[in-house]
Amino acid sequence: MDLQNADCILIEGSNMAEAHPVGFQWVMEAKKRGATVIHVDPRFTRTSAVADLHVPIRAGSDIAFLGGLVNHVLSNDLDFREYVVAYTNAANIITEDFADTEDLEGLFSGWDPETKRYDPVSWHYEPPARMSDDDVANIEDVQDGEPVSHEAAQSDTHGSGGSPLPWKGRRDETLQHPRCVFQILKRHFARYTPHMVEETCGIPASEFAKVADALVANSGRERTTAFCYAVGWTHHSTGAQMIRTSAILQTLLGNIGRPGGGILALRGHASIQGSTDIPTLFNILPGYIPMPLAPLHQSLDAWVEDDEGKAGFWGNIRSYSVSLLKAYWGDAATAENDFCFDYLPRLTGDHSTYATVKSMIDGGCKGYFIVGENPAVGSANGKMQRLGMANLDWLVVRDLQMIESATFWKDGPEIETGELVTEEIGTEVFFLPAATHVEKSGSFTQTQRMLQWRDKAVEPPGDCRSELQFYVDLGNRIREKLADSTDEMDAPVLELAWDYPVDETGEPDGESVLREVNGTGPDGAVSSYLDLKPDGSTACGCWIYAGVYADEVNQARRRKPHWEQDQVAAEWGWVWPANRRILYNRASAAPDGTPWSERKKYVWWDPEQGRWVGKDVPDFVPDRAPDHTPAPDAHGPDAIGGQDPFVMQTDGKAWLFAPLGVADGPLPAHYEPAESPVANPLYPVQSNPGRRSLKTPSNPINPSRSEVFPYVFTTYRLTEHHTAGGMSRTLPYLTELQPEPFCEVSPRLARERGLVHGEWATIISARTAIEARVLVTDRLRSLRLGDRFVEQVGLPYHWGGNGLSTGDSANDLVNVTMDPNVFIQDKVGTCDVQPGRRPRGPALVEYVAQYRRRAGVPEEGDL
Amino acid sequence: MVDFLGWPLVRQLTGADRLGRGAAAQSPRSRDLEPRTRSADRVVDSVCPFCAVGCGQKVFVKDGRVVQIEGNPASPISRGRLCPKGSASKQLVTSPTRVTTVRYRRPHGTEWEDLDLDTAVDMIADRVIATRRQFWRWEDEQGRRTRHTTGFASLGGATLDNEENYLMKKLYTALGAIQIENQARI
Repeated sequence: MDLQNADCILIEGSNMAEAHPVGFQWVMEAKKRGATVIHVDPRFTRTSAVADLHVPIRAGSDIAFLGGLVNHVLSNDLDFREYVVAYTNAANIITEDFADTEDLEGLFSGWDPETKRYDPVSWHYEPPARMSDDDVANIEDVQDGEPVSHEAAQSDTHGSGGSPLPWKGRRDETLQHPRCVFQILKRHFARYTPHMVEETCGIPASEFAKVADALVANSGRERTTAFCYAVGWTHHSTGAQMIRTSAILQTLLGNIGRPGGGILALRGHASIQGSTDIPTLFNILPGYIPMPLAPLHQSLDAWVEDDEGKAGFWGNIRSYSVSLLKAYWGDAATAENDFCFDYLPRLTGDHSTYATVKSMIDGGCKGYFIVGENPAVGSANGKMQRLGMANLDWLVVRDLQMIESATFWKDGPEIETGELVTEEIGTEVFFLPAATHVEKSGSFTQTQRMLQWRDKAVEPPGDCRSELQFYVDLGNRIREKLADSTDEMDAPVLELAWDYPVDETGEPDGESVLREVNGTGPDGAVSSYLDLKPDGSTACGCWIYAGVYADEVNQARRRKPHWEQDQVAAEWGWVWPANRRILYNRASAAPDGTPWSERKKYVWWDPEQGRWVGKDVPDFVPDRAPDHTPAPDAHGPDAIGGQDPFVMQTDGKAWLFAPLGVADGPLPAHYEPAESPVANPLYPVQSNPGRRSLKTPSNPINPSRSEVFPYVFTTYRLTEHHTAGGMSRTLPYLTELQPEPFCEVSPRLARERGLVHGEWATIISARTAIEARVLVTDRLRSLRLGDRFVEQVGLPYHWGGNGLSTGDSANDLVNVTMDPNVFIQDKVGTCDVQPGRRPRGPALVEYVAQYRRRAGVPEEGDL
Repeated sequence: MVDFLGWPLVRQLTGADRLGRGAAAQSPRSRDLEPRTRSADRVVDSVCPFCAVGCGQKVFVKDGRVVQIEGNPASPISRGRLCPKGSASKQLVTSPTRVTTVRYRRPHGTEWEDLDLDTAVDMIADRVIATRRQFWRWEDEQGRRTRHTTGFASLGGATLDNEENYLMKKLYTALGAIQIENQARI
């Protein structure tokens, strides 16, 4: 909603008008008010059609483009200097040991070629000139300690802010010190020139200049620019760094924490934000508390040690963690037994979904719950997914419809080719029908962190049940079956706080679960995470959600119409944390606490009341004066200075340079996708050096710059379908609107390969070949990179063999090569395209094998 | 007796609607139609289950069945609008291909079989217990405590409620299961 306040909106890595159509109305509102809308995307889409400017880009080259913009801002002194000096780490001085990609031919200091990992010790801030006792202790830690582990995706486990930093460091606020972040940034991005952008992205310098001018003209005291992105950024082996580049740019322009600013992630499932906050993810517990790691965390103290007491709200980690343990194990969790810390399983490495699928193929994982997801179509490299499922002992699928992940044993693509034989597959499959969103009550968290409660409208039919009911029931049965066990491994199950009363239909009360998530103390439901205690007197299922049940009221159920409220609409639903709509909104005021401008007034210091006031809940200590300087020995929230708006960061500053916490470098650098038609124009290092490869025969990788696989493919969504199609290919209305898969190609590519509009084409990678109808269109432009063209093929990925509308799955083409921070795959790859339908049956296997042989891919895969 | 005066052509020629686009062409059936939203017994507040924009929905219920789902005009996010998916969401509930009974495929089986829900959940509980134990690990190679199992995994959560995600992670964690993932990873 706040997008309507933007003066310029840059949408990149997202086709917002088609994938998030109703959210897009706020872009159009902004445009009506005079905002400039820019769309940077490989394809011309309905988003481009209403944008002021569409800039075609080669898929996967976003860091080069954004880096070019950073360079433009830095080399022309166009940054919002007052904001940058006060609110970012631009002034921090980095240790002498740091070396940049400029010095090391595309790598940063700390690279270990053996392990292919970075040790970030040389990326640290220079310690402060006058050191406190804490600083001295911290220095010893850094010098002696083990490097931060990224084995278990620890990059995103440091609260909703950054990772713990040992000290605030030395600063040079003139930004002239050669080793200060600002100067390092300038040197690092100097090679990202408009010419280099043209060579890398296929964007002419004239188009680049238009974007740069619009961003700069619409940033500063009076104006703000917003960025929108989606999986066009996250689905890359450099995805986290793409988003970091945009964060660096937006921070330099002073567009974070202000109305009409920010970087908006447009997420794709109703509660994908909620399932990240209250995670069904391997590396974190609720509220981004890290899962303990076996090598480091063998006690409660060791588990919270890194974060405890560090400046900012994350410094209260012990309160959040102990309260979570109390929510899990209730009365069994006491101070004497470390609040049952030992009942938490410890991680020993990468247990993410792709590593798990490989483990299934290798026989190391034999049971699988698939709950409202369809990996046979929705995950990269569908064959790998299906081979994994075919090697299980048992599989439970819970869904509304008979999805491909439930029927792979009967009619999957590998059954057709003979790679799998039904009678030989030993997997026992349970399909349990699920309740729809109107057949249960509960809350979703949408993409701007807003929880909205749904009331139940009708009872689910037949055997359909909510997941709430299924899991309560399953837990009850397991506990009954183990009730007599004295085995130590069963103690966490038996002592679990698992008393969920059910109604006459067997349905548990969702609001009582939400109340547990909110947290309780001696006085009932807590009203904020500030109420949580480290002594076991409070229990809280997810500290960042504390307040959603404040005053014993389900705040997520609030539905005050927008016409009865101001634009912030604070009484509709509830936004974490603390019903705060814009994060880090202290930055919407100048260092002295006054609004940057009347036009962009949002939260400011009221000297008479001695408080922060404004249109939103201030994201700051409410009575902390702008001129407050914390005592040197202050801890946690007390250590936040009056001019430190980034209250979740341990130094209160936005990190232009990440001294810690990022696996693949303190600054973004452009590397090519694992499969690319070109050599990296920027560095001698071709692909992200820290990328995670998954070596298994079903995941062969196309060699880069291969004449056999000369084209780039990229996958995308259509308005009328949803992700892997289980909720859309099964609905008559949507199927009628968008009945079959297709591939978009440029007229030039169509001529080159003899593709005919409306006829069939076969698209081939080292994994498999799929077929789709041909759509020849100018929407895909042939991109000129130096003296050559790069052609891109657009593939909607919604289809599979089941449902009312069927077709080959585009994700079967995609390889699994992952970003080292978050273990998310590249969605781009290389391919060939040929006219006509693909071979059927065993002939398809041989057809793809021939391609692999011609391209020089080892026959046994990338081993 | 045929009422010639009631014929649409006569009405068009004699009445005010000379182009035959309104009253002249209207049949008694179309005149008496009323929207399902008007005859509903109840209207329930909901939220669209597709993408993460979080558009408000009004669910219209008659005789215990969903008869229509429309956008909620009061929502500050969506102001009453729904996209094609949200507009089609009634069919998630009423789809004729929706599966409403448990289906079971025995190992090496070639067809689905019926299975009682209670039996199915009980069988699943047995399998969780057995597989958990089979792949249980107290320690890693260096003797550091792990207290986990890699025997079974879970995938999904982004289409479910917060409360459901919470209980899933809580139960799995107590069981020592660590390969818990959802759509946020893909």
